[in-house]
Amino acid sequence: MAIDTRARPSTAVIAPRGSRRSTAPPWWFVVPAMVLFAFVVLVPSARGIYYAVTDWDGLDPHFSFIGLRNFTDMLDDPTALQAIWHTILIAVAITVIQNGIGLLLALGVNTMIKTRNVLRVLLFAPAVVTPIVTAYLWRNLLGPDGAVNSLLSAAGLGSWRQDWLGDPRWALWMIVLVIVWQFAGYSMVIFLAGLQSIPREIYEAAALDGTGPFRRFWYVVRPLLAPAITINLMLSIIGGIKLFDQVYALTGGGPGHATDTISTLIYKDAFTLGEFGYSIALAVVLTAIVAIVSAGQYTVLSRNERAAS
Amino acid sequence: MNRYTRRTLLLEVAMAAVAIAFAFPVYVLVNLALRPSADSSSPIRPTTDPTLSNFGQAWQQGGLGGALINSVVVTTVSVLIILAVSALAAYPLARSTARWSRGTFLLIMLGLILPFQLASLPLYQTIRDLGLLGSVWSLVLFYSGLQVPFTTFLYVGFLRALPRDFEDAAMIDGCTPLESFRYVVFPMLKPITVTALVLNAVSVWNDFFTPLLYLSGSDHQTMPVAIAGFFGQYVSDWNLVFAALLISIVPVLAVYLALQRSIINGFAGGLKG
Repeated sequence: MAIDTRARPSTAVIAPRGSRRSTAPPWWFVVPAMVLFAFVVLVPSARGIYYAVTDWDGLDPHFSFIGLRNFTDMLDDPTALQAIWHTILIAVAITVIQNGIGLLLALGVNTMIKTRNVLRVLLFAPAVVTPIVTAYLWRNLLGPDGAVNSLLSAAGLGSWRQDWLGDPRWALWMIVLVIVWQFAGYSMVIFLAGLQSIPREIYEAAALDGTGPFRRFWYVVRPLLAPAITINLMLSIIGGIKLFDQVYALTGGGPGHATDTISTLIYKDAFTLGEFGYSIALAVVLTAIVAIVSAGQYTVLSRNERAAS
Repeated sequence: MNRYTRRTLLLEVAMAAVAIAFAFPVYVLVNLALRPSADSSSPIRPTTDPTLSNFGQAWQQGGLGGALINSVVVTTVSVLIILAVSALAAYPLARSTARWSRGTFLLIMLGLILPFQLASLPLYQTIRDLGLLGSVWSLVLFYSGLQVPFTTFLYVGFLRALPRDFEDAAMIDGCTPLESFRYVVFPMLKPITVTALVLNAVSVWNDFFTPLLYLSGSDHQTMPVAIAGFFGQYVSDWNLVFAALLISIVPVLAVYLALQRSIINGFAGGLKG
């Protein structure tokens, strides 16, 4: 090791308050991180909360305090209310479907099959690709002359062909589909790590006791999988709430406002309509939803985790 | 349970079918990227006269070379800063039980909940006033602050499980705190550093919203913004767009395949912290 070990008077040992205390690393180690964090996150977030109660347009240095008007305006704005609803719907749908598929994939890969390593690498691969890129790919696949419609025709289901992203009844679910396709492998990898940490003997003991595969999963595997479940649910629901890239690339929030989420509306209100105050009020709502969900999820899941262990 | 039975074979076949379904979009991507624009046959039919000309055209007209360099620079510099400042900050935060330490840690953890949308508009104004709009350094600055909470969280969790004996010994041997950190503590953090490196590199490389805000209208683009701009320009020429998409995916997949073990473990493992 590259440490200078030449003898020096050791301040650590002769320090009056005991060696433990005096070897604590100095407080200024946190300064660089804290300065960057304050400049980029803390101060702008605080300013954001302040701007949310003004009519600032992003440019004019003169703006006035308008109280909660941005928020009460939101209640009369069907576009904003719809966007909030879409955001929650997408987040819940992604959380349920992505984790369901991810868990099935993990259970399938965590077996004796010969292709398990290849499958793991292949199924996870979409998760590292840029979301905006996979979204443009799917925009074509789901288009009127896209590969999905071609597949339907080839399968003799020509009557099912449609403009998947152009139809308000389908568009939102297509966004969910694209995200599930990209991130099911991510959920799988986390579940797989959880499954592999369960000792083999526990399965075998349960199998010897004559427990069937479903009961074995529910009573033996599921409780031991609790940490992986917590992480997966957190990641997918928070990711779903903040969703922007895929909506921007797949539908731009359309048709009409059928797929607008809070994040796409924040962008549009600020940069195409110049309503910075209102846009930031939306961001405050987003923050509140994230905070409530995180707190609720943390409470429920940590209780379950404790009950399971 | 450890034998390869007929049911295992059945599962093998079923999983192969799932894998093919997952890979189907990639087949269409490659198939159409190789197809001349004049060919308007079904996208699922293999292209009869494949060409590489789309790639050259996309590379030149999309300015993808410059975007690739920008993405590499932004990702590399940002991740180095993020890891350095977060590991350094995590050291006293994990070791000290003083009130300032706990308070600072909680304040930084607040950043895990605050969505970047809240900070990004006021910060946009600051960046504009500093004259940094259109510069890739605005992105480096942004990520260096934005990723501090998550990375510090990983490091603190790992450090708390690490025995203090080595650093105590280093101090007794006369190391300054910085030397002890540099030569004793940081090398022991290697597993979590790999995890933090992977997760930060992927999220910085893939970010779209921030460069869309800070770089729009400038000549400097990162890969995701260049792709979006290229799509906007050639929206009707899908073969060209697909060539551009493929060009942007290849370097990412090459790194992924080369380092798959560390990358998958990074995604799966770090989150247990």
